Amino acid sequence: MSSEQTKKIKGDRAKQFKEGLRDGVPIALGYLAVSFTLGIQAKEAGMGITEATVMSLVNLTSAGEAAALTTIGSASSYLEMAVSQLIINLRYMLMSFALSQKVAPELGVLHRMCMAFGVTDEIFGISVAREGHLNPFYNYGAMSITIPGWTLGTFLGVLMGNVLPDRVVSALSLALYGMFLAIIVPKAREDRHVLIAVIVAMAASWLCTKLPVIREIPAGTQIILLTVIISLAAAVAFPVNEEQEASEHE
Amino acid sequence: MNDLWHNVWIYIAIMAVVTYLIRMLPLTLLRKEIKNPTLKSFLYYVPYVTLSVMTFPAILHATQSIYSGAAGFFTALLLAYRKKSLPVVAVCACTVVFVLELAGV
Repeated sequence: MSSEQTKKIKGDRAKQFKEGLRDGVPIALGYLAVSFTLGIQAKEAGMGITEATVMSLVNLTSAGEAAALTTIGSASSYLEMAVSQLIINLRYMLMSFALSQKVAPELGVLHRMCMAFGVTDEIFGISVAREGHLNPFYNYGAMSITIPGWTLGTFLGVLMGNVLPDRVVSALSLALYGMFLAIIVPKAREDRHVLIAVIVAMAASWLCTKLPVIREIPAGTQIILLTVIISLAAAVAFPVNEEQEASEHE
Repeated sequence: MNDLWHNVWIYIAIMAVVTYLIRMLPLTLLRKEIKNPTLKSFLYYVPYVTLSVMTFPAILHATQSIYSGAAGFFTALLLAYRKKSLPVVAVCACTVVFVLELAGV
């Protein structure tokens, strides 16, 4: 490889990293707020500041960690911890599957293993919105700001408790959903089949919070069930053809 | 610190390992492009369906009142429809909520 080519690749990596960092900023702000409230819960549950901060650093998952506080607090077995985390976080497996098709087939194992640590709802969301193959450096950029944001939030939550005004926490908590919509809507606008799937998904999700018995199912499990059922139905009803894919890369 | 918390590090280690394996295995093991049309289509719809399920109706209950949540939701919908960038959509939705709640909505 010529030095010219090497330079170009390095320049591209830096550009991808910067773009990831830029898109990661609003995510990090949202994380800070959510994670702050998690820190408050951890403190109330009796967890120390070191344990809570490390838990957030190595897990990077809101629903999983919130559930873990209950699991630990009720002195459940280690097996129960493993199974509950598996179920609550199973959606990451679907996301990981989807990302395996989004990265270049020749991408090395080490990059895949590093990217995998940052598979969260939000980072996944911005990753799938990228054009063409996903460059791992984009994810590293996003991870370099979001992971500290998430970890710092929990630390501050345990440390300071309720000092951040409710109003600020309230407004920040909308950032995550705003980003989700910024990913869903443009795609739904150009692909009618995605639009139908999105409307059905939102309606079904709303119904699940209302229907007796079903509304008792934990949120993490509901997300998996709805995702699998609706995506499968959409795949059968509207299979993706080669043309659609071609237009996707244009 | 009571007895329940003695093994807290083991709990944290277990949850971290389980969560990481879930995230890592498909991405690392699946090196080839999937050819099966149904599976391929399924994975095409997964991101949009799962994000939709997570967004609605949760967005309505994320803020202090359902009205400010709904206003944030419609703001984000409108801006996203106009293809504004991720940060713009997120920041505007937050601002609308903040201003509305400041006004007592």
